[in-house]
Amino acid sequence: MSKDLSYDAVMARRPEIMKNSSGIDFSIFESGSIAFDYERMMKEAGFSIEEIQKIQSENGVGNTPIIELRNLTALARKIAPEGKGARIFIKDEAANASGSFKARRASTAVYQAKKLGYKGVVSATSGNYGAAVASQAAMYGLKCIVVQECYDSRGVGQPEIIEKARKCEALGAEVVQLSVGPELFYTFLTILEETGYFNASLYTPFAVAGVETLGYEIAMQFREKFGKDPDVVMATNAGGGNLTGTARGLKKAGAQSQIVAASVDLSGLHMASDTQFNKKSFTTGHTGFGMPYSTWPDRSDVPRSAARPLRYIDRYLTVHQGEVFYITEALASLEGLEKGPAGNTSLTAAFALAQELDQDQMIVVQETEYTGAGKHIQPQLSFARDNGIEVKFGDPKDEVPGKNIILPLHPSMITANDADVIHMRRSLIKNYISNYKVTPTEADLEFLAAETNSNVEFVKEVIASL
Amino acid sequence: MVKKGEWVLIHRIVLEPAKRIPQVPDDTKKVPLELWTKGYLQEDANIGDEVSVLTRTKRIEKGTLLEVNPYYKHDFGKFVPELITISEQVKEILFGGADNE
Repeated sequence: MSKDLSYDAVMARRPEIMKNSSGIDFSIFESGSIAFDYERMMKEAGFSIEEIQKIQSENGVGNTPIIELRNLTALARKIAPEGKGARIFIKDEAANASGSFKARRASTAVYQAKKLGYKGVVSATSGNYGAAVASQAAMYGLKCIVVQECYDSRGVGQPEIIEKARKCEALGAEVVQLSVGPELFYTFLTILEETGYFNASLYTPFAVAGVETLGYEIAMQFREKFGKDPDVVMATNAGGGNLTGTARGLKKAGAQSQIVAASVDLSGLHMASDTQFNKKSFTTGHTGFGMPYSTWPDRSDVPRSAARPLRYIDRYLTVHQGEVFYITEALASLEGLEKGPAGNTSLTAAFALAQELDQDQMIVVQETEYTGAGKHIQPQLSFARDNGIEVKFGDPKDEVPGKNIILPLHPSMITANDADVIHMRRSLIKNYISNYKVTPTEADLEFLAAETNSNVEFVKEVIASL
Repeated sequence: MVKKGEWVLIHRIVLEPAKRIPQVPDDTKKVPLELWTKGYLQEDANIGDEVSVLTRTKRIEKGTLLEVNPYYKHDFGKFVPELITISEQVKEILFGGADNE
């Protein structure tokens, strides 16, 4: 008898489909209450740094160069207060197979799929991760399906996502494209069930462990070159895996660098809105993912996400779309480097933050990504204009996402705004309490303290205030 | 007529508007969830016909035939003059002045 493929029936089979497609029984890490054993999950279901280094070095991933951006640093110093203007570096993750740091996540996920005997991998992603999974699947001889949210109801596709589809297909993957909406997950589940392939989720322990080498390499490269760790490691934040993996890798190397998240401010735009879908010029690395995923990590496509960024974030900066476009152009004109939007988001925040720090301090922006047709500032700004977004010079503070893009009149107008991390920690605790509806145990309180990089007193105080 | 075995793009409705989940915003509730995918056409057909295709992973997908030999049309967009202005500005701030002319 064929299975009931209605929405409700498929969603009801979700736990079974997830278990069969990930090879992980998440229940063994559960406490039965709010808490679960995150570190045990990372240890038992993930990989050690040494194992990951071996997997990645055999598959065109990792050991990417660090490049110092001397001219961009000099520009920051021109406008910074006397003596300020930290040195800015990038880790050129575009050098990975598939052109972004996502190759690190895919390398471990696809390795695991192969090891467990799956014939293929499926990934739900509109981002660089699709190409990363496709690339690794090609190397291992596995089949690959990428499920993308790509078009609005007019059939207009986001140029950046269309380019990512092209790259997936170029690497031999099958691409299934959908219009806007979270029901993509339903289609994703039907494909997992139909094929019996591995769920190459971005949020499994192996995928996030794959990023740990990024943080580890940063520490090793800086120690070798400068004899010390960078003062600040800046990570563009969306789903949280990039920041989590990097921070964990830095910790494993014993580095004490400050971990700063950066996202493009897209406040006011609804991520599941058909009419707003093509009003944004950033498809990821924005607050529309960064905020909800930070304050409720288990909204992802696995029961317990390995990406838990609030455990590691020391500071969270937001920047405007127009500021990122400006810095992207400056990077090309002053450094001779053409890179895609994701890394340039944290680079923009780094440009602003450098002006607060002393000249002997060092900030590393931990990723770059490839650029090309669709995922480049020229088509993005052109597309914005075609979709009724006003693009003009002015004060970026006046930017209203979905209405306009304001390119700064002068680089001194580029600022990074502090998101309220304490408020985010409170939101995370509140989300757990309202979702689980239990009286927190002692273990829950300690878990929530770890989740929020705080302490049990803070957790108790937040719970009492609810 | 499109011949069996040609590489084609198809489209189908996954969920009609009435079946959209409660969590989606009102504008999204008014439109269906749509799907596009590509594969080898399984029978001779005309554009607009309901067809089956065999995808790269050897799955059968059904939908309306949209295009034969579909290709990518995304590009670098129209010229954005502001980008040259930014380029000139940052170079001027850093390297400008009479000494460099």
